[in-house]
Amino acid sequence: MKVNGITKKLEKEQSLYDFLVTEQYDLNRIAVERNGEIVPKAAYKTVLLQDEDKLEIVQFVGGG
Amino acid sequence: MELTVNGKKRRLECRTAFQVREKLGSPEDIVILNGFQIDEDCELSNGDTLTLIQKGVMPDAEELESMMMARHSPNVHNKIKKGKVAIAGLGGLGSNIAVMLARIGVGQLLLVDFDVVEPSNLNRQCYYVRHLGMAKTDALKEQIKEINPFIKVQTKTVKITEDNVKELFECYDIVCEAFDKPDQKSMLVNTALNELPDCKIVAASGMAGYESSNLIKTTKPMNRLYVCGDLKNGAKVGNGLMAPRVQICAGHQANMILRLLLGIEDC
Repeated sequence: MKVNGITKKLEKEQSLYDFLVTEQYDLNRIAVERNGEIVPKAAYKTVLLQDEDKLEIVQFVGGG
Repeated sequence: MELTVNGKKRRLECRTAFQVREKLGSPEDIVILNGFQIDEDCELSNGDTLTLIQKGVMPDAEELESMMMARHSPNVHNKIKKGKVAIAGLGGLGSNIAVMLARIGVGQLLLVDFDVVEPSNLNRQCYYVRHLGMAKTDALKEQIKEINPFIKVQTKTVKITEDNVKELFECYDIVCEAFDKPDQKSMLVNTALNELPDCKIVAASGMAGYESSNLIKTTKPMNRLYVCGDLKNGAKVGNGLMAPRVQICAGHQANMILRLLLGIEDC
């Protein structure tokens, strides 16, 4: 799987939610695109990641 | 030869720009030829746009518009004038972006913020002491009227939530995310990308402190999402928001919006 352009090995089948939590992303501060489509937050737990997936994860920091 | 002089089409028997000035203006007038202020005389071609500006004189409204737009290349100006841009959040980013977009003549702006101007805003946001206590929407609309009275400015003094994103922004080509809080940024970007299938979002992340200006970039991480900033330096205790980097980031966002309005999609 590719995450922000970097290859990541998927050790076991897991949901997008489990992946994000394991990687310590703050779910309230991100947006995730999977294979060119934005993933609604409500679908994080039902999306199962595949080896050929391409994820783009944007993390926002504060300030404006 | 057919020329547009101060917004009006005219037939003139002049070969050069300064001959037009001699005929219609006075020798001290500034001459702008097709978007560029000239100091030396230039040959004219059919269809050229010429603007003569008398210094220190208040022109009437119609002439003022053509003088203000004289610095834009004519085709560029027409595209920008058709642009519809919504700005979500009118703090350090949003207030400065709104003023830049007004200066370049974006035809329709929607300004959304629920808050009022308070003293700690003045270190970086585009407001004055006289605006303290005023709704940011009203304070900004008032300024834009004095900068470019020829664009449409709509305001909504409401808090943006998941429930009103679609209703607020569905008529706009571009939504500019200019919030302060990271969870709000995420909420707007997620909701807009999910619910507004045609709109592009220009967001910001990372502009606090006084690290190098050159770390601030424009990126396009997703199909319809642009993110400006250093992506790293969040505002926190000991690393506050300061005018220079906030305005650099606002400049990145405003320029990306301009590029999108001109049909350029890469950053």
